[in-house]
Amino acid sequence: MAKSDVGQSACGAYLPAEGALRVDHLLREYLPILILLAIAVGLGLVLILAAALIAVRNPDPEKVSAYECGFNAFDDARMKFDVRFYLVSILFIIFDLEVAFLFPWAVAFGQISMVGFWSMMVFLGVLTVGFAYEWKKGALEWA
Amino acid sequence: MADFLQTGLGIALLVALQSLAIVAFVMISLLFLVYGDRKIWAAVQMRKGPNVVGPFGLLQSVADALKYVVKEIVVPAGADRAVFFLAPILSFVLAILAWAVIPFDSGWVLADINVAILFVFAASSLEVYGVIMGGWASNSKYPFLGSLRSAAQMISYEVSLGLIIIGIIISTGSMSFSAIVHAQSGNLGLLNWYWLPHFPMVFLFFISALAETNRPPFDLPEAESELVAGFMVEYSSTPYLLFMAGEYIAIFLMCALISLLFFGGWLSPIPGLADGWWWMVAKMWVFFFMFAMVKAIVPRYRYDQLMRIGWKVFLPLSLGWVVIVSFLAKYEVFGGFWARWTMGG
Repeated sequence: MAKSDVGQSACGAYLPAEGALRVDHLLREYLPILILLAIAVGLGLVLILAAALIAVRNPDPEKVSAYECGFNAFDDARMKFDVRFYLVSILFIIFDLEVAFLFPWAVAFGQISMVGFWSMMVFLGVLTVGFAYEWKKGALEWA
Repeated sequence: MADFLQTGLGIALLVALQSLAIVAFVMISLLFLVYGDRKIWAAVQMRKGPNVVGPFGLLQSVADALKYVVKEIVVPAGADRAVFFLAPILSFVLAILAWAVIPFDSGWVLADINVAILFVFAASSLEVYGVIMGGWASNSKYPFLGSLRSAAQMISYEVSLGLIIIGIIISTGSMSFSAIVHAQSGNLGLLNWYWLPHFPMVFLFFISALAETNRPPFDLPEAESELVAGFMVEYSSTPYLLFMAGEYIAIFLMCALISLLFFGGWLSPIPGLADGWWWMVAKMWVFFFMFAMVKAIVPRYRYDQLMRIGWKVFLPLSLGWVVIVSFLAKYEVFGGFWARWTMGG
């Protein structure tokens, strides 16, 4: 058999197999997480079902009423709440996105050029200006 | 046998056994975490703590777990039943799930994915939903307020945790825990670990971990003098057990993260001694001891103080540290002390 022939046939046979291998490898990596997820969910369900089956169930109106320090509940518990909780979650989204944006940059840190390095520094600088503005506006005050 | 392990079924069985081993490790640790927590707390207050069930009260947690199962599940009248039961399962499952990517020794990891840190970060972020859902579904005022507080607190400290981890990733150039531990190996023992180059961040990470897991002194969500038990007020029996288990598992996960990121994971602190999983477990327990001591010693913070520290102190400090580390690593100060990827890690 000619040398080139072997190479060709090997290549032809190998390429799709390699693609399948890659998918296989990915599955292999994430399969344990799925299985652990299934086991954890199973354990949680078993614990709740065990109590539901074994324990007594004897509800009465007093027992199932919402806990309110001895009073009857005045009104619905799903009431208005402080707008600062919204503010905190909006700030969180900004900064958490920033962290998510930093992850790939940090992983590639050893290989990036000076341009990549300084553009992230400028980005962080812009973000710091925004942070200083929030601070001055009192978005971070809780007292 | 070897052939069987190469088949799909064989691999799946093997992985299932490994997963069971992880779950068993976490659940057995949980029993002793609760016991250890109570014992340490008692010792600081010059009490004996649990000492009746089993020798030195060692089986107290087992007895408690069994007791939860025979207690009645009380569902409040106005509660959203589906969400009410989903919330504890969610926080329990997510707490366990993050353990899939934690290595205990070189190669001893259930799922060796290259985005391990991102995965842990995602799983611990989602834990907020367990708290929010539990507080909302109860349809009661104390759980509602407790869950709002808890969610705001958890997300506030997550930002600084993330930024501190960015510094570590810059030093390593990888998001895999194994790579991070390997980058900390060297012939100087504990002086090679990241606690030295990232020194100030060790404290920030530890304190943020306390706040992230709702541990005292930041246990505002369940400040019993104001909110009774926070988002868990209406929970009883095993749903409550799941919440509590999730909380302790998350705390132990934080101990594992501290030992992996800053204290060399399974590496031996003394040059010459063998590395191994026992160092990893020992380090985790040392940090849990510190968690327990903080609970026993430090008084609780006020909510505005907590938010002030999170946003006005920790966030600027950790953000500044990312910038400092990136300069130190880029210009290879001290022969690449902060740039371990150049050392071949």
